[in-house]
Amino acid sequence: MSRILATGLKAPPPHAPRRLATTADVLKLQRLMTHLLVRPLTKQDGLQPTWIDGRPTAAVAAEFIKSNDRLTSFERLQLYNRMYWFRLLDIMHDDNPGLRALLGEKKFTRLTEAYLAKYPSRSFTLRNLGSRLAQFIREQPRLTAPHTALAHAVTRFEWAQTVAFDEGAHPGLTAADLKRTPPARLKIALQPYLSLLALDWPVDDYVIAVKQRDALRGAASNAVDSARVVPRSRQVARPRRGRIYLGVHRYHHRLFYKRLERPAFLILTALAAGRPLASAVTAGGRGVKPAQVSGWFATWMELGWLCRR
Amino acid sequence: MPANPFNGQTDYGIGIGLRVPHYAHILEQKPVVDWFEIISENFMVDGGRPLEVLDDILEQYRVVQHGVSMYFGSADKPDRTHLKKLKALVKRTKTPWLSDHLCWGSVDGTYTHDLLPMPYTFASAKHTAEKIKMVRDYLEVPICVENVSSYAEFHVSEMTEWEFLTEVVERADCGILLDVNNIYVSAQNHGFNPYAYVNGVPHHRVGQMHVAGHTKFEKYILDTHDHPVLDPVWKLYAHATKLCGVTATLLEWDDKIPSFQEVHDEALKANEFIDGAKQAPRKK
Ligand SMILES: [Fe+2]
Repeated sequence: MSRILATGLKAPPPHAPRRLATTADVLKLQRLMTHLLVRPLTKQDGLQPTWIDGRPTAAVAAEFIKSNDRLTSFERLQLYNRMYWFRLLDIMHDDNPGLRALLGEKKFTRLTEAYLAKYPSRSFTLRNLGSRLAQFIREQPRLTAPHTALAHAVTRFEWAQTVAFDEGAHPGLTAADLKRTPPARLKIALQPYLSLLALDWPVDDYVIAVKQRDALRGAASNAVDSARVVPRSRQVARPRRGRIYLGVHRYHHRLFYKRLERPAFLILTALAAGRPLASAVTAGGRGVKPAQVSGWFATWMELGWLCRR
Repeated sequence: MPANPFNGQTDYGIGIGLRVPHYAHILEQKPVVDWFEIISENFMVDGGRPLEVLDDILEQYRVVQHGVSMYFGSADKPDRTHLKKLKALVKRTKTPWLSDHLCWGSVDGTYTHDLLPMPYTFASAKHTAEKIKMVRDYLEVPICVENVSSYAEFHVSEMTEWEFLTEVVERADCGILLDVNNIYVSAQNHGFNPYAYVNGVPHHRVGQMHVAGHTKFEKYILDTHDHPVLDPVWKLYAHATKLCGVTATLLEWDDKIPSFQEVHDEALKANEFIDGAKQAPRKK
């Protein structure tokens, strides 16, 4: 197994401290145990038998964990190692139904294991667990080949839903705000919960189809784990290439995906980048008519997407 | 204990955890519940549906915050963003006290999202107590620390778990959220007497109790929170209540969650076990 250390964790001490006299000793013990816990499981879902320095993991465990009459130190550590991985893989499983359907369960699990091994959680909340998955897919294209670009698109779309669900909101822009500042100087921000995505596949339709299939299957079967094996006939067909522009957002606390026309998407992107209103509007290109632009702005204001910068 | 400084001098009865599958029932039917415990982290977000639901609940119910990621026992310093978000939530809920676990779970800013057992040493007790004080001073709300269930013990430990818990709460001058199910689970896993544990903690510091279901395997017991409370746990609860007085009690049911009514009925069973305590003389 790889010797690459999980991102953000400092190297473990060579041995567990024999006494805890200071907080630095406590830190050493905790660092060692954390390294053991975040290490990927074996194929049989067990603690890896060999530690990074070549010693048997059983010897490392016995150095700091007591055994009892039923369990060895190794087995006790293994309980925690398993709970760590099962908990986090479950979250990834639930948060990414589209990517899972695209890759299949096995490949998805391999991808998320590799992801969490490199990028363990750096946040107090599990909500952020998948925040670097899209980036990781780019870094390790082998794990999603031959559908890496599509997997990347689906992952961006699924992460945008997390953002749309509970990211903060600013007070919306009002008509009075628009009147008060001349367009050449007016800078408009977009709501933090809104994600603008330009994607090469209609992944919105794809993920909706996957969710509908899963809902049907849930209704048809009481077996909790029936979702793990999908017969071919029940698989949702991979989407065909086709450029789409999306705003993933919420409205009255419900999630929505709004298809955007390309010029509208470009104007919004320019606003998000901090360009003043008058200049951002030109990002839509020459073919755009003023009536179109004011129509878009009216919709965006209504949806509450725009706010003061 | 009933009202005491560690639960903000409140006299709460029997509550249950606020869980997503019950949202619709609670908001539509408005059932009578003495109080809800919320997992702080689920609402430490900047907007959207979670906060909308919370505000609706707060209009009608009393809410107490329970955290799962402060990691008082981690050698790491508390995370500033975490503290800020938690304080904002404390202001929103006006929680009379706040609980989190006597455990560790993060190192170098990496989170395991588990409640890992402490090494029971004076150095870690001292460090943990200081962290509790720091967090309490920042949040300006009483804190109760909860004993966790565990599956491993360390060679370096210098005392029993209940001596460690006592050492920490005395040093920090904070409260205890006594989870009797966790005591029972750990007692089985480590071979100690759960009654010795309950007898050994400072009863006047107990501000809240937890009861929950667990699952027995061949060689160990797991704290699964996925079914009703088992008999020996209720007995231990009755014993704890005799010693501590009738205390705010919460049933934890976090997995395979049945209907709201079933969870609430299970929680209300606690009433059957506190009659003895009501008649017992109050301790100091
Ligand atoms: Fe608990």
